[in-house]
Amino acid sequence: MREMLLAMGYDRWVLPALLLIPLAAAAIILLLPGDAERRWHSARAVALAAFTVEFLVSVGLWWSFDPATPGWQAAVHMPWIPSWGISFSVGIDGISLVLILLTTLTMPLTVLGSWTSVRTRAPAFYTLMLILTTGMLGVFMALDLFLFYIMWELMLVPMYFIIGIWGGERRIYASVKFFIYTMLGSLLMLVAILYVGFHVGNPAAPPGFGYDDLLTRLSVTPVAARWLFGAFFLAFAIKVPMFPFHTWLPDAHVEAPTAGSVVLAGIMLKMGTFGFLRFALPLFPQAALDPTIRAIVLTLAVVGILYGALVALVQPDFKKLVAYSSVSHLGFVMLGIFALTLQSVQGAILVMINHGISTGALFLLVGMLYERRHSRLIAAYGGIARVVPLFAALLTIVSLSSIGLPGTNGFVGEFLVLLGSFRTEPWFAFAATIGLILAAAYLLWAIQRILFERLDKPENAGLRDLNWRELGLLAPLIACIIWLGVYPAPVLRRTEPAAARFVHLVEHGYESAHPAPPRTPIIQPPKARGR
Amino acid sequence: MLAESIALSALLFVIGVVGVLTRRNAIIVFMCVELMLNAVNLTFIAFGRVYGYGAQAIVIFVMTVAAAEAAVGLAIVIAIFRHRQTVDLDSINLLKG
Amino acid sequence: MIAPALQAAALAAAPHPLSGTAADWVWALPLFPLAGFLVNAALAVVAVARPGPADPSADRHSAPDATAAGEDVAGHGPGAGDADAPPPARHRFASVVSLVGPLAVGLAFALACAIFAAMARVHPTTPFVQTYFHWIPAGDLQVNAAFQLDQLSLTLVLVITGVGALIHLFSVAYMGDDPGYARYFAYLNLFVFFMLVLVLGASYPVMFVGWEGVGLCSYLLIGFWYADRANADAGKKAFIVNRIGDFGFLIAMFLLFVQLGTLDYTGVLAAAPGGLEAGGPVVTVICLFLLLGCAGKSAQIPLYVWLPDAMAGPTPVSALIHAATMVTAGVYLVVRSGLLFAMAPAASLTVAVMGAVTALFAATIGLKQWDIKKVLAYSTISQLGFMFMAVGAGAYVAGIFHLVTHAFFKALLFLGAGSVIHAMHAAYHATHSHEDAQDMRNMGGLRARMPVTWILMWIATLAIAGVPLFAGFFSKDEILGTIFDRAGGSILRDAHWLGIPGGVVLYAIYGMGLVAAFLTAVYMTRLMLYTFHGQNRTGEAARPHLHEAPWLMTGPLLVLGALSAVGGFLNTPAFLPIGPAETLARWLDPVVGPATALIAAGAPGDADPRRGLLLSLIAAAVAATGIVVAVVRLGRSAPVRAGAAPETGIESVLAHRYYVDEAYDRGIVRPLLAFSNRVLWQGVDGLIDGLVTLGARVWVWFGGIGSALQTGRVGTYAWALVVGALVVLAITIR
Repeated sequence: MREMLLAMGYDRWVLPALLLIPLAAAAIILLLPGDAERRWHSARAVALAAFTVEFLVSVGLWWSFDPATPGWQAAVHMPWIPSWGISFSVGIDGISLVLILLTTLTMPLTVLGSWTSVRTRAPAFYTLMLILTTGMLGVFMALDLFLFYIMWELMLVPMYFIIGIWGGERRIYASVKFFIYTMLGSLLMLVAILYVGFHVGNPAAPPGFGYDDLLTRLSVTPVAARWLFGAFFLAFAIKVPMFPFHTWLPDAHVEAPTAGSVVLAGIMLKMGTFGFLRFALPLFPQAALDPTIRAIVLTLAVVGILYGALVALVQPDFKKLVAYSSVSHLGFVMLGIFALTLQSVQGAILVMINHGISTGALFLLVGMLYERRHSRLIAAYGGIARVVPLFAALLTIVSLSSIGLPGTNGFVGEFLVLLGSFRTEPWFAFAATIGLILAAAYLLWAIQRILFERLDKPENAGLRDLNWRELGLLAPLIACIIWLGVYPAPVLRRTEPAAARFVHLVEHGYESAHPAPPRTPIIQPPKARGR
Repeated sequence: MLAESIALSALLFVIGVVGVLTRRNAIIVFMCVELMLNAVNLTFIAFGRVYGYGAQAIVIFVMTVAAAEAAVGLAIVIAIFRHRQTVDLDSINLLKG
Repeated sequence: MIAPALQAAALAAAPHPLSGTAADWVWALPLFPLAGFLVNAALAVVAVARPGPADPSADRHSAPDATAAGEDVAGHGPGAGDADAPPPARHRFASVVSLVGPLAVGLAFALACAIFAAMARVHPTTPFVQTYFHWIPAGDLQVNAAFQLDQLSLTLVLVITGVGALIHLFSVAYMGDDPGYARYFAYLNLFVFFMLVLVLGASYPVMFVGWEGVGLCSYLLIGFWYADRANADAGKKAFIVNRIGDFGFLIAMFLLFVQLGTLDYTGVLAAAPGGLEAGGPVVTVICLFLLLGCAGKSAQIPLYVWLPDAMAGPTPVSALIHAATMVTAGVYLVVRSGLLFAMAPAASLTVAVMGAVTALFAATIGLKQWDIKKVLAYSTISQLGFMFMAVGAGAYVAGIFHLVTHAFFKALLFLGAGSVIHAMHAAYHATHSHEDAQDMRNMGGLRARMPVTWILMWIATLAIAGVPLFAGFFSKDEILGTIFDRAGGSILRDAHWLGIPGGVVLYAIYGMGLVAAFLTAVYMTRLMLYTFHGQNRTGEAARPHLHEAPWLMTGPLLVLGALSAVGGFLNTPAFLPIGPAETLARWLDPVVGPATALIAAGAPGDADPRRGLLLSLIAAAVAATGIVVAVVRLGRSAPVRAGAAPETGIESVLAHRYYVDEAYDRGIVRPLLAFSNRVLWQGVDGLIDGLVTLGARVWVWFGGIGSALQTGRVGTYAWALVVGALVVLAITIR
């Protein structure tokens, strides 16, 4: 398979093609003729076709990617603004690979999920979704900080409109809040990017934004590194979102249309954690591993896990509940990244994927329910398992995956994060494990109040069960839930070199600045005790 | 020769400015703006004659822009008149922040 | 350290003695029930997704009148009703399901027997490990999907599939009229699958898959009749309380991995002696966290509260999951980690103390319960306490022995109770009465109506009470006897528990065990007297409808009755001259031998055989006294009727189960919810949002100043422009 793809020159054109296909489809949609009804039908068909092609093109990466080969794969470098050292450089490692595949898998499903629910200004909606996709994929594959920033902003604008136009009742408030929060962080990041661009190697030399270049030749003072890390941290922490910066998330999730929520939770939240993995830590290891900063970040991560879970427990709105559960899950990712062991980082990557799948599926399911009854409130339902058994079965499976039941994907990721974190940060890992108990509590209680108990609302008695389209769009997600739970080894094999490289880069960068060993595990191996 | 030309254009420009500041009819204000533009054109021509003809190329640009501006501007004025039945600038404050 | 390593290498090179026998098929054991689950789940889904004309749920789906549908659901969850209100027709695929469900487990049992035959021939001394694929490979963590077959896991497999198959058969009749018939068997098969994964897994993470998987099935089956809120609540409670235990299991796994770098049983066994300091804090902490996991799964103090509520599930489920198999997983975990516990005497003593306190505590509550299933639930908690007493004292064989016999007689008791409830429910249903079919105050005198059930229930009662020659006598006697021996000499005696010498603790545990055994005899006899003897209190109208269950239900009962009667001969003590002694002990020796030897180190040579005999006599006397006391006390006083005056004093406290549920609710659940709602959500989130909004307001205010300057009049702007231009000119032109 790999040989066949390489013979086609696959790895030379695939990444630019992935960026261009959505843009081309967006242009086609804008040119569609006909009245509103016909344009709606043709726009969604074009969008679905484009996303399907996009997925089929991207899926070849799974085989063409060779974990044994070091360095970036399928890389493409083209000069862009040479005088400022800016180039169009894209390439992938294992982490980008899985996130790109997650994106291309999710997008066709969101189109199917909006198939009947988005009717007003449908061409604009699908155009924005397509542009958004280019932005997200660009973020995952950019190897140039300037390109990265462009892509980062490119995905912000379409999401603003998607929430603001097709959202719920408080959509304007939510979209503005989302936009300003994100913008605040990303503008500071822009300043930081420009600063590092001008501090590569010789100060007299022209600036450079190439990622590899920055890794090897960036020279900033420790104080500057802290400020720069702070700027990146704020941008990414808002996006994750970490604990005190999370309040945009519940509003944005709740008000966004189904497709918006799915993309937001499933993919866009991973931009933040991906940013930590790719940029914030490897570029400024001495700042990131500073004991105080590290303790603060780990504390925020664990607080996020417990806080998100506890607040989710008391949410009357199911979408809000899922939003707070995202705060909790992404806390695991942050814990895994900053615990900095191979297992914890591998787990963090896996939790990113799992959260994309499970939470995406949860939002799709809520969307289906909302389409039928126009209510997101848990109290509006009850006992509907009897009338919509298929829906009930799928919601239960997806919830169990989100709870982290072994045999589903959720378990493997969280297990690795906690086990890996336990090696370096046992107390934080210990506290985070409590989050697993709370996860069971809030989700089981919610699905009990939705699916079980008495069917006491007359308007629920006539609910339609899932149709073929809805089943079909959920089936790939359910398949992934089981597959990644039972046999995650292929994914882990592909991400392991990238995770190992990340750990090495950060630890090496830190130790070169601090000759003494940075950390001593609290629980020492017995031999070290000298018994 | 140069001094006289500049004096004339300055005079024309001031007439234009005073017209813009004092008149309330949109059309007249518009004409005064054109007057100011042409005052500037005159300066350009005069200087071009002394220092080289490159400056006169700018005049062509200005005339082009002025033509486009006139087209758009008059269209706006007509549109406003259709809506409000007036072109009195004091009664139009759509730009209020 | 070199010699064992070489030995291990040599063993790895040579094929295991079990390879080439039926044991090669061990992977198929869980696949049978998994296949059953898939078929039944598909049938359940198809039946509801495309309702056929014969499906009773068909008109329910298309019910145009919403209230009609609502009433239908309401009528579907009888308050305490176990046998659901019979709907008009059987499940559409009932015949296929009836075949697939029990057959899947039956085939697994047949395969297990074949493997047992092979193993009995070879009697291997090392575990037979089959590795299938890499499950979680991440750096130096390598968790494989692998099964481990040894005497311990096979014993459990035989119990699970054997008792499981009987209970599946029973369910065919018991659940036959339920509209969720296919769903029921799907869950039940899935449970057997996960249970087999639990006992066959070759590493802690694989065991954890089964561990949480059975919890899931338990959740689904407790809430099987989910239309009733109490049932759904009970299922959720079971899952969450189990999760608290699983938290301990996870932490223990993390500690093990950090310390030993492996999570395979074989790896841990090999690395533990060198990698952990015997009696040190680390191994003790590991064992205590494992114990937390066991307390959750096996319903021990302080996490026992879910099990009584779990009786909301169908009665066969209570028999299979909440008596015979799943709840004993904690005992299995301790035995599986026997070496670790043997290295941590303080933790072992904690296990034993927890078991003893639970056994006594639950037994007292069992004295005052009126719901027949609740009595059995507390009895199960109490018997599990006995098992933990045993494994805590290092009597691993005794613990497993009691696990096996308990599976026989407790499954029998539950199924018998199910048969009684079935009859009661049918009678009340026929007479349209709304009395409680599970309340023993409504029973009485059923002996005449249900003779087969009556005899079999008595056999089980004598077994659980510990009457000599019945199954429970031998296992309970062995537990108490071994604890007595350990108190005489073992590393536990020399250890300390909270500053108390281990010997004292063990003698206290022995005493508590005797009292608990006495109470067991009392409450079980009370149950039998109230249910089967005396005057019938069911009601004049309902009485003629009471009748014995169909043969499909009594058949499995008969098999279990036979096993309860003679199961004790699996492991007769050496001092009793009946049959081959200590069969089970010899069978399990390759697995539990090292740990037992370690814990029993320092025991005084050969114990006096007369002492063993004396201890047996004491145990038998206690059981007999309990039965007599119950008969005398209840025989004198008139039977209490339903709705009689409430108890007072200590009796009231017992009837209300020491108010533990209420304490948990008011002390933990409600404060946590209130804290989350008021402080975290409305407080912290509100504060953060308030600060953000405040920041926004400041900028809006600044913008307002700028906005005020925008009058909207072009004339004003033109003036400003000209003035500005003049100012700039004035500054620049000097």
